[in-house]
Amino acid sequence: MLSAESLKKIDYELTKYPADQKQSAVMSALAIAQDEKGWLTTETMDFVAEYLDMPSIAVYEVATFYNMYNLQPIGKYKITVCTNLPCALSGANEAVTRFRERLGIGFNETTADGRFTLKEGECMGACGDAPVLLVNNKRMCSFMSNDRIDQLLEDLSK
Amino acid sequence: MNQPVQILLAGLNPSDPDDWRLRNYEQREGYAALRKILSEKIPPEKVIEEVKKSALRGRGGAGFPTGLKWSFMPKQYEGDKYLVCNSDEGEPGTFKDRDIMRHNPHMLIEGMLIGAYAMSIKAGYNYVHGEIWDVYERMEEAVDEARAAGYLGDNILGSDFSFQLYNHHGYGAYICGEETALLESLEGKKGQPRFKPPFPASFGLYGKPTTINNTETFASVPWIIRHGGDKFLQLGKPNNGGTKIFSVSGHVNKPGNYEVPLGTPFATLLEMAGGMRGGRKLKGCIPGGSSMPVLPGDVMMQTDMDYDSIAKAGSFLGSGAVIIMDDTTCMVRALERLSYFYYEESCGQCTPCREGTGWLYRIVHRIETGKGRLEDLDLLNNLADNIQGRTICALGDAAAMPVRAMIQHFRDEFAYHVEHKRCLV
Repeated sequence: MLSAESLKKIDYELTKYPADQKQSAVMSALAIAQDEKGWLTTETMDFVAEYLDMPSIAVYEVATFYNMYNLQPIGKYKITVCTNLPCALSGANEAVTRFRERLGIGFNETTADGRFTLKEGECMGACGDAPVLLVNNKRMCSFMSNDRIDQLLEDLSK
Repeated sequence: MNQPVQILLAGLNPSDPDDWRLRNYEQREGYAALRKILSEKIPPEKVIEEVKKSALRGRGGAGFPTGLKWSFMPKQYEGDKYLVCNSDEGEPGTFKDRDIMRHNPHMLIEGMLIGAYAMSIKAGYNYVHGEIWDVYERMEEAVDEARAAGYLGDNILGSDFSFQLYNHHGYGAYICGEETALLESLEGKKGQPRFKPPFPASFGLYGKPTTINNTETFASVPWIIRHGGDKFLQLGKPNNGGTKIFSVSGHVNKPGNYEVPLGTPFATLLEMAGGMRGGRKLKGCIPGGSSMPVLPGDVMMQTDMDYDSIAKAGSFLGSGAVIIMDDTTCMVRALERLSYFYYEESCGQCTPCREGTGWLYRIVHRIETGKGRLEDLDLLNNLADNIQGRTICALGDAAAMPVRAMIQHFRDEFAYHVEHKRCLV
């Protein structure tokens, strides 16, 4: 089940597509569900499938294909650092090192207190602002020097 | 330097947080092209003619002539047709569409409106890269503004032309920048590319005739209508009309977007981007996004930034992403990262790409980590040969081309890595 608020958002997304093409809303529906639940359990995906009149397997296919969906429990803050070439030329690997040192975790790991998960990302289309990272998919942070990383972690630890 | 010639980013005031809004856009002659078309009742074929004259070529990477693409749409077709904007900007090094959408979203909307008018299309989607969420939200707001002002919806500005536009977000799949994968994704499926033919103009979104253009391509259209295709063409050079935004990243002092006329010397662009960081030497440059062949620095310095000049120099203009690498860059490591990207992002549909990208990555990785063999260099080329041109979409080519060009231009460095088990730089 999803909250009334989430369902309202999904209903809005459904207005964008022809009435017989509800499946088109699956990507946004899964993103909305993930925002509410943190990660996508099979039950949540089945619910979305039923809501959009889709076979469950078709929802699983989408959830596993696109890499911003969380298919496992995740920290309160998912930090995804782009390490692709343009970012790497401008300090992305140094940024990753800073996170590793400060958080004591590597990629795909979560801190013991459940607060932070670190992920390696691919191009986010903001290479001029390198190093670039995302907090929980939706908040982009640019020019992430060590100082700015420290500041971010401090803000998120409050 | 001459007076800057800009179309897409002209007259913007970055210090004004409301500069993207409808009323500001209208003050910059926004929606004047649409008004002109509707009030003068310019026939759709005349609009396409004007775009053809402009020599506007697809800004997403392929460089296909836009007017020609628009003329492929069936004219007599009675059913639904769709217009799609590909704003799924994920080609490493490219960040221009993000700036168009966050600073000038209505220019994109107006461009799509004109395209819809020219092809008699009533509904469209703008597919926005999932990682730039704030830009997606801005597009949502801009579409709402345009709708409220009567630029979108039924009987636009009192005419008999109607067009509905919706934003759709991706959620992390590079492959959806490929137009048929994007259509699959819009239909709520895995983004796996379709065989072509049939091309989208005959079988596109929901099986209906569909035209897909890049954000920057659409955004160039209002200016063409206001000033004429000839004038746009003259801004650039023959067969390479207009201005283009180049996204400059890597080892420069001022990474960022620079809009210049096509045909501008690379050296001028580099200067605009503040020159090489630390005054170092330009070793190599990928001139059109990570999928395009790298060129040595001295070749780049002699090249002009337009489709034909870069092709002559041995690469492609692609999306206009200019990745700058100075002489501290290890080309083996650079290629290793790119090869990992294609391995990670292969959709898994075609065997040569699904398996081949993994092989490419693992071989470059073993060279980088000091376990390579000299024969690996030929093996990499052989693998690239067996991927390129043998897959449904161009991701296979995109994985193969950087490998080949890196070995072609920097073979000594790869050999040094194998022999000494460490970097040359």
